Amino acid sequence: MNTIYVDNAATTKMSKTAIDAMMPFLEGTYGNPSSLHTVGQLAAEALVKARQEVAECLGADVKEIYFTSGGSESDNQALITAADLGARKGKKHIISQKTEHHAILHALKKLEKQGFEVTLLDVDGEGYVSAEDVRKAIREDTIMVTIMAANNEIGTIMPIKEIAAVCKEKGVLFHTDAVQAVGHIPLNVKDIGCDMLSLSAHKFHGPKGVGALYVRKGMFPSTLIEGGAQERSRRAGTENIAGISSMAAAMKEAVAKIPENTPKLIKMRDRLIEGLAEIPHSILNGSKTNRLPGSVNMCFEGIEGESLLLLLDAKGICASSGSACTSGSLDPSHVLLAIGRPHEVAHGSLRLTLSEENSPEEMEFIIKSVKEVVEYLRRMSPIWQDLQEGKRQYVIQ
Amino acid sequence: MLYSEKVMDHFTNPRNVGTMDNADGVGEVGNAKCGDIMKIFLKIEDDVITDVKFSTFGCGSAIASSSMATEMIKGKPISQALELTNKAVVEALDGLPAHKLHCSVLAEEAVKAAVKDYYDKNGIEYDPEQFAQMHDCEHCGE
Repeated sequence: MNTIYVDNAATTKMSKTAIDAMMPFLEGTYGNPSSLHTVGQLAAEALVKARQEVAECLGADVKEIYFTSGGSESDNQALITAADLGARKGKKHIISQKTEHHAILHALKKLEKQGFEVTLLDVDGEGYVSAEDVRKAIREDTIMVTIMAANNEIGTIMPIKEIAAVCKEKGVLFHTDAVQAVGHIPLNVKDIGCDMLSLSAHKFHGPKGVGALYVRKGMFPSTLIEGGAQERSRRAGTENIAGISSMAAAMKEAVAKIPENTPKLIKMRDRLIEGLAEIPHSILNGSKTNRLPGSVNMCFEGIEGESLLLLLDAKGICASSGSACTSGSLDPSHVLLAIGRPHEVAHGSLRLTLSEENSPEEMEFIIKSVKEVVEYLRRMSPIWQDLQEGKRQYVIQ
Repeated sequence: MLYSEKVMDHFTNPRNVGTMDNADGVGEVGNAKCGDIMKIFLKIEDDVITDVKFSTFGCGSAIASSSMATEMIKGKPISQALELTNKAVVEALDGLPAHKLHCSVLAEEAVKAAVKDYYDKNGIEYDPEQFAQMHDCEHCGE
């Protein structure tokens, strides 16, 4: 059975380029960049090169790039940096929005316990938060606004440039979690005008366990980990040279391939949306057009997402869902609830996130398979029976 | 893997799926909001469950628990069906992940609800204590 991997928002397969870039540091150049000897200094040179490449991909300066263990660490460090700054200035208000990743939401919860006040903006039915909403929420004591560049579940691309402009005008810091966006849509930190940006290597065919935080010049990130003088004393710990070099290579490749991949991905994405929309009582989650090129998220009424995933997996299709059963919590996806899907509908969601390695033929197989599985599950669903018999009203028309 | 082979077997090839016209007892438990509803239909002759069907909206373990529970009560006297515990369903499935145990509780309750419905419909007296522990959906806090 062929495996069709369409869960690229969860993680991606490492590219050959990324693997090749990693190997020399596992085999020959295994030195510690802090060591003075040749083996160490070769590693230090690799670190310089990787930082240059990552900076170039983002339009940043090398001094603005801090390597981390990934998106969650970058998000935490960004929030704590702003909170420390706020505490010094007597500013205790932070603005974010409801569909952020849990790395942001949970870190904000922790800051709330420490006395910060957090405003979580509502999103509209497609998952947007507008610059105007941000403007209205900014107060005298607001230290930072953090809004993701693109949503990991429903793919909605946020108007971060407009939001950054409002923040600049109001003298408020702006951070964006760009974990899902880097390597997928063109991004330039100077063009956006953000103060901080988080990214993670394994979302663009790089390795897991490595990421970066961009922090604009003139700002100094707070430390989460104390120890050595690595990352200009802002992130202690011997650098993951293999991972960092691999990330830089993967990022360079992903960014360079955006123009080539985007139309191909959009074509497959839109075919999937079109094909799956033929299923009665189904609905697309997020915007039809202004979404990540490879991101599809649909709800099917009357079924539950985990059983859908398991049956698709049995056909070789690796996907994801926002149902409570797949999240390990009792509630379905906070993102689907935030865009107004009721609980029972949110449980029946399916996320398909493509990469350039997928093919149009695979899309046809996915459409056929999802149709079969949804029909099969509906046949054994008491909710579907009630809907069909008019004992319950359809939420999705 | 998340699930045992037994669970996957009962999930991918569920036994006794379907509905029943003129069922002698029907039990429905769960809540759409929480993501699982189980409905069990019983055919009863001379206090014996001669046929059973189920329909379930829910995750893999909910469907597998329904399938296993129906197998365990089919052809059995009502008295035995009422003794079915969620623990027995879990054991028969070679275990369920801890956060999925409530699915087996739903299966036990669906069977009991169906028997209670049969008693009610036929004016058969019963000890309400027998069904005292039933709740619709404690895990969603509603």
